[in-house]
Amino acid sequence: MSVELHTRQVGDVTVIDAKGRITLGEGSSDFRDTIKGLVAKGQKNVLVNLAEINYIDSSGIGEMVSGFTTVANAGGKLKLLSLTKRIQDLLQITKLYTVFEVYDDEAAGLASFQK
Amino acid sequence: MSAGDQSPKLVTDLVLASSLDSVDTAENRAVAAAERAGLPEEDVFRFGYAVREAMVNAVVHGNRYNANKTVAFRIWESATSIEVMIKDQGDGFNAASLADPLAEENLLCQSGRGLTLIRAFVDELRVMPADGGGTAAILRKNVKAGTTAPPKVSE
Repeated sequence: MSVELHTRQVGDVTVIDAKGRITLGEGSSDFRDTIKGLVAKGQKNVLVNLAEINYIDSSGIGEMVSGFTTVANAGGKLKLLSLTKRIQDLLQITKLYTVFEVYDDEAAGLASFQK
Repeated sequence: MSAGDQSPKLVTDLVLASSLDSVDTAENRAVAAAERAGLPEEDVFRFGYAVREAMVNAVVHGNRYNANKTVAFRIWESATSIEVMIKDQGDGFNAASLADPLAEENLLCQSGRGLTLIRAFVDELRVMPADGGGTAAILRKNVKAGTTAPPKVSE
C-alpha cells in the first residue's frame, strides 16, 4: 500500500491524516501535491498526523522537508503529530528533530498555531 | 549453516532491472535474510531499510532508470554476518564529495540523506568504484541474535 492522505480543517489549521508508506514514487508525490494544493488555497497552518505512517524512506523525508519549506515560504508553518518510534529515530539520525516542531497530542499541536 | 560455520555463503545472486520493483525485490530479499539470521524485529527493519536506500541509489542515481542498465544484487550469509552487494552501471560518484546532510546549512535540502541513514542502520558500509564502471556498495550487518543496538547517530 502506498500512502492515503485525508485532510480535515480544525479552525484555521489543516490536519493531514496520513496512513501507509511515504516512499519514492507515488507516496512522495502524493504528499507533495497535497501540500502544494493547501498552500495554493491559502491554508498555511498544517499539522501532519503520522500516527499511521509505518514507513518513510529518505525520499519521503525529503518531501516532508520540502513541504516544511513550501509552507514556510508562504508564511505558514508545517508541524508534525504522533510520530512512531521508527520515525522518531529517522528524525534523530537526520537531525531533523531540530527543524520540525513535533507534538504527541493533537490538541497541543493545534493550540501551538495560536501562539 | 552450523554455528561454527564462519565462511560466507552466497545465497542470492540476481541481476535486476533499473526499476522501483527491483527496489522492493532487494528489500524483501534482505529482510528474508535478516529473518533467517534470527535478528530482532527492529534490526530486520533497519537492515531492509538500508538495503532499500542503497538500491534506490543504484536505480535512481546510478543507472537513472535506464532500461538498458542493470543492478547486480548479491547476498552472502555466514554465522556472524549478512553482506549485501549492490552494483550499478552508472557513471560512478565520489561519496566524499557529497554535501554533509547533517550540517546546519544543509538540513533543509530535499535530498542527500540516504547514505547517512544506511550508515546508521548497518555495521559497515563500503562504497567503491565497480569493476567495469559504475558503483558498488557493500552493506554488512553483524549477526548477534537477540539484541538490538540503537541506531548510530552522528554527533
